[in-house]
Amino acid sequence: MNDPVNTANAESADFVAPPVKPGKWANVTGALRKAPWSAKFGMLVITLYVLAALFAPLLTPYGESEIVGELFLPWDDTFILGTDNLGRDMATRLLYGARNTVGIAFVTTCVAFLIGGIGGMLAAILGGWIDQALSRLVDVLMAIPQLIFALLLLTIFGTSIPVLIVIIAVLDSTRVFRLARAVSHNVVVTDFVEAARLRGENLAWISLREVLPNIMPPLVAEFGLRFCFVFLLISGLSFLGLGLQPPTADWGSMVRDNATLITYGDITPLLPAGAIALLTVGVNFVVDWFLHKSSGLRDGQ
Amino acid sequence: MALGLIVLFVVSLIIFLGVELLPGDLAQAMLGQQATEETLAAFRKELRLDLPMHTRYLEWLFNILHGDFGRSLANGREISELIGVRLGNTLFLALFSALIAVPLSLTLGILAAMYRNSFFDRAVNILTLSSISFPEFFIAYILIFVFSIKLGWMPSLSNVSTETPIGERLFVSLMPALTLTLVVVAHMMRMTRAAIINLLASSYIEMANLKGLSRARVILRHALPNAWAPIINVIVINLAYLIVGVVIVEVVFVYPGLGQLIVDSVQKRDIPVVQACSLIFAATYIMLNLTADILSIITNPRLLHPK
Repeated sequence: MNDPVNTANAESADFVAPPVKPGKWANVTGALRKAPWSAKFGMLVITLYVLAALFAPLLTPYGESEIVGELFLPWDDTFILGTDNLGRDMATRLLYGARNTVGIAFVTTCVAFLIGGIGGMLAAILGGWIDQALSRLVDVLMAIPQLIFALLLLTIFGTSIPVLIVIIAVLDSTRVFRLARAVSHNVVVTDFVEAARLRGENLAWISLREVLPNIMPPLVAEFGLRFCFVFLLISGLSFLGLGLQPPTADWGSMVRDNATLITYGDITPLLPAGAIALLTVGVNFVVDWFLHKSSGLRDGQ
Repeated sequence: MALGLIVLFVVSLIIFLGVELLPGDLAQAMLGQQATEETLAAFRKELRLDLPMHTRYLEWLFNILHGDFGRSLANGREISELIGVRLGNTLFLALFSALIAVPLSLTLGILAAMYRNSFFDRAVNILTLSSISFPEFFIAYILIFVFSIKLGWMPSLSNVSTETPIGERLFVSLMPALTLTLVVVAHMMRMTRAAIINLLASSYIEMANLKGLSRARVILRHALPNAWAPIINVIVINLAYLIVGVVIVEVVFVYPGLGQLIVDSVQKRDIPVVQACSLIFAATYIMLNLTADILSIITNPRLLHPK
């Protein structure tokens, strides 16, 4: 929790003075070139996943839930990764899984940041009883273990994609709220926010134009981490049969449906699980580098 | 202590009220849309849904405090009977994993701090960063694939019962315990390393170095005692995670614990059982987090006097 806050202080110096556009781009490309191999690897992985998600229908001849052959066919030329428990092409479902699993995790994280970020900024800017009420609410929500709370809510509301997104986003927004509130707190007390208040700017201006730009770096890093958590949580739920419902191709449920193959020494069911792991590792590498870079400004001096 | 109890009370309220949010009510949800008015009314009476909400909440809470969780909707059995043995199994698994994970992560963390920036440190760093990123079921299936299928050393299912002798029980639960260990070790090890390295910058450590003490002595005798507070905190938080993290691992290894029960019940929409399990999980989690706070105050008396 401490690290991102320090990061905010270190970075705010750079962010207050608006950087000139071309210089900024040169900075970005320069930083990318100097990135360690782990971060480059992470970025490569993320790019590949995005491409797979975007172009899934073009990359494969079969449909997402089209039954194309016998059950559990081994790897060959027609079905590069064989077929699954219903005779659907494994490789096709892996590609579509990128679209569904990653897409839904991404949307959920965005919603969580929208709720948590706005809540946290409002709590920091307005203070008083709003701050107290929101903070205590978040304390209570965080006291219940996330997976258990999600299971309880899914029992009550049933498992459909919108419900799933809303439940996970609300549960996860508590973490975002805490961070956003903590980093905004440091910005709210600065002179330029005070000046904006005296100028009579409204709440939207203060939060979007004064506070938000200064809390972006820790929030961006947090976005990566939260995405990983949400992604793992959703895959976990799907693995338990409570997340994305069939026939949607989804990595968590693909592992579950084909798990019996493992007992015959076939590693196919491990592929979707590996796909989940690889993406999380990639995102973590990039976040690690980003955090290191933004907090390194301090350590270096 | 009081705070923990208040939180627990609010959580019980949330768990109870959550069900009230159901469209229609529990009886409607169980019997479906086709149910006639008479059966619905009878079923409501049986579930005591005809009473006002606060009466039912107080009754529910009172019964739970006396060990009576009500009956399962799916098979009509006493929930306390369902939970009893399974809770024991889950705690056994969590404790077993903790006994492996805690010493392992402390050792790795201290070693990584001692040989900071060495090859060993970097390798451990990359390994732990990756293992945080792996979903639990991935680790579990890799272990099954390697140790049960390829090598044939371990059983891939951990079906224990009350009659299983302790030796066999340990053997059968070793794989799930190892999975859980791999999941939590990374975090604990990283925090141990960070806590010690944080202290290495302080002047009394520099003094100890200048005195010519060996590296091991500086870290174990001088740095470690001051690092205990954050380390213990992280350990207890991870123990709390172990209790909750068992859910997926139990499902993979078909281990008859509380996690398996809650997942089955969610699928059957057996709400009273889900409520009871959630309450137990939440209570354990809250109590362990509270213990973490208390222990860090005990090991670092300065926290007793906030500025």
